[in-house]
Amino acid sequence: MVSHSEKLINELNDMAKQLRIDALEMIHRRGQGHPGGSLSIAEIIAALFFHHLRIDPMRPDWEERDRFILSKGHACATLYAALAHRGFFPIEELTNWGHLNSRLQGHPDRLKTAGVEMTTGFLGHGLAIGAGLCLAARLKKMNYHTYVLLGDGECQSGILWEGALTAGKYRLSNLTAIVDYNDVQLDGPVHEIMPLEPFVEKWKAFSFAVIEINGHNMREILDSLDMALQIHTKPTAIIAHTTKGKGVSFMENKASWHGRAPNDEQFARAKAELLGR
Amino acid sequence: MEKSSFRKAFGKTLVEVATKNPNVVVLVADVSSSVMTNYFAEKFPERFFNLGIQEAGMVDTAVGFALAGMIPFVNTFAGLFLRTMEQIRTCVAYAKTNVKLIGGYAGVSDFKDGPTHHSIIDIATMRAMPNLTVVAPADAVEVKKLLPLVAEYDGPVYMRISRADTPVVFNDNHKVKIGKGVLVQDGNDVTLIGSGVMVYRCLKAAKILSKEGISCRVINIHTIKPLDASLIKESAEKTGAIVSVEEHSIIGGLGAAIAEALGNMYPVPLERVGIADTFAETALDFESLLDHYGMAVEDIIKSAKRAFERKKGKK
Repeated sequence: MVSHSEKLINELNDMAKQLRIDALEMIHRRGQGHPGGSLSIAEIIAALFFHHLRIDPMRPDWEERDRFILSKGHACATLYAALAHRGFFPIEELTNWGHLNSRLQGHPDRLKTAGVEMTTGFLGHGLAIGAGLCLAARLKKMNYHTYVLLGDGECQSGILWEGALTAGKYRLSNLTAIVDYNDVQLDGPVHEIMPLEPFVEKWKAFSFAVIEINGHNMREILDSLDMALQIHTKPTAIIAHTTKGKGVSFMENKASWHGRAPNDEQFARAKAELLGR
Repeated sequence: MEKSSFRKAFGKTLVEVATKNPNVVVLVADVSSSVMTNYFAEKFPERFFNLGIQEAGMVDTAVGFALAGMIPFVNTFAGLFLRTMEQIRTCVAYAKTNVKLIGGYAGVSDFKDGPTHHSIIDIATMRAMPNLTVVAPADAVEVKKLLPLVAEYDGPVYMRISRADTPVVFNDNHKVKIGKGVLVQDGNDVTLIGSGVMVYRCLKAAKILSKEGISCRVINIHTIKPLDASLIKESAEKTGAIVSVEEHSIIGGLGAAIAEALGNMYPVPLERVGIADTFAETALDFESLLDHYGMAVEDIIKSAKRAFERKKGKK
């Protein structure tokens, strides 16, 4: 396994910071969106879209591309910002998010937005869809890898575990699930609303290899993504421990910031914090 | 009349379709020997995926196959697709993925297992989905003719397959096109528009009515969505009275689709034969269950006469 350079780590951390600022700005401008879960996935999205994924913005339909499904579609502000910076569409388009006739829907729409692999929004679908993509890759003898970014809340849904059963049965080593385990959902703490623990054991019981990481530590993210590619007998679940609202002190770990836009004053404060001022 | 099996025709034709098209894969939720995807499983084990009793997960996994350019046929009982409605709405219909949903044991054809296993609101629910095409073949021949078209069709399709062995209506020269109704016989006084297993009952009713001096036009609607509105309008213009005949609730099914079309284009007296907004019950055989729940040949005849009288009254 390669050791990632300090330079790369710093660049990706800078991008994560940029994605946070963009996502929050988008949510603020629109007056709608999901800041908490958009902020918690910034490092993971930066690692995937600016280093790990084999994708080509000039050829969004390239058959050999790695597949990425944002199963927690409500965090799409961060995904849209990443796609724009990666060159899938002009950065200026981010200002149109959610407007009538915009390519950027309230939740990801595969038919409207280049780089969006699958339409998501209602939770729980990503893993079973990813399993289908992986089974198809096997039949077609293709080497792409499929990544599914899950929220922790959606791990409460039965269909998520249906997808896990399928991935386990067929030993889909070309599938990596990443769980944004920030322990906060719309109505409150995940461990109170409907506890997931023992979470690692659950994934293991469903025949997944499990890697636990700090989901804000870039080196751990990159290493875990590399490790998953070395596991050839089963699918991998990366349990990324994260902080909901990461980077904005008054949003961190607050369910009230799951799906609410900051006002002007709050946005100014948040942006200053993210810029380290 | 010679009888033949919808599901056997489905299972065998699926093998033919997959022989020609290597992108066809089959997913099933533990009902392979019931819906007869077992022929496919024997022939193409590497393209056959039995996912157990997880209908919702199965639909989503099929979506993944479709995203990768394959043509997944998703198989379970028609009634069980009800538990996958959100998957179908979001990931199949809205996302326009090329998934083929095959609802076996449709209508009340699983007479012996009772209302839990009947499927009398599937057309209503599937028809309400934007982007989704809804197909209900009339006999085994039509299954054989339609299935290759469903596979070739670029977009999601829901197809109803009966468990029953029913009389064969068509011969091998039968021509079908998705979205196009079939004029089975022409007549002047009233049009019987049937779908699925009820088409042969329409023909029986038409025969009896002709002896009583009422000439019936008989239309087979195998594609309920998109509905062949021009054929329905033409029939309304020609006969001035219509009877819809379906093995489904009268709410939201073929009759409702026809009522909507006529209301928009050419209102004429319409009588709807189907299940009258109730659950059916268990029975010892299929035919008597249809008879008992308002879908007897006699019910079609009575409805035709009512529509005919209403037309005369209007004049």
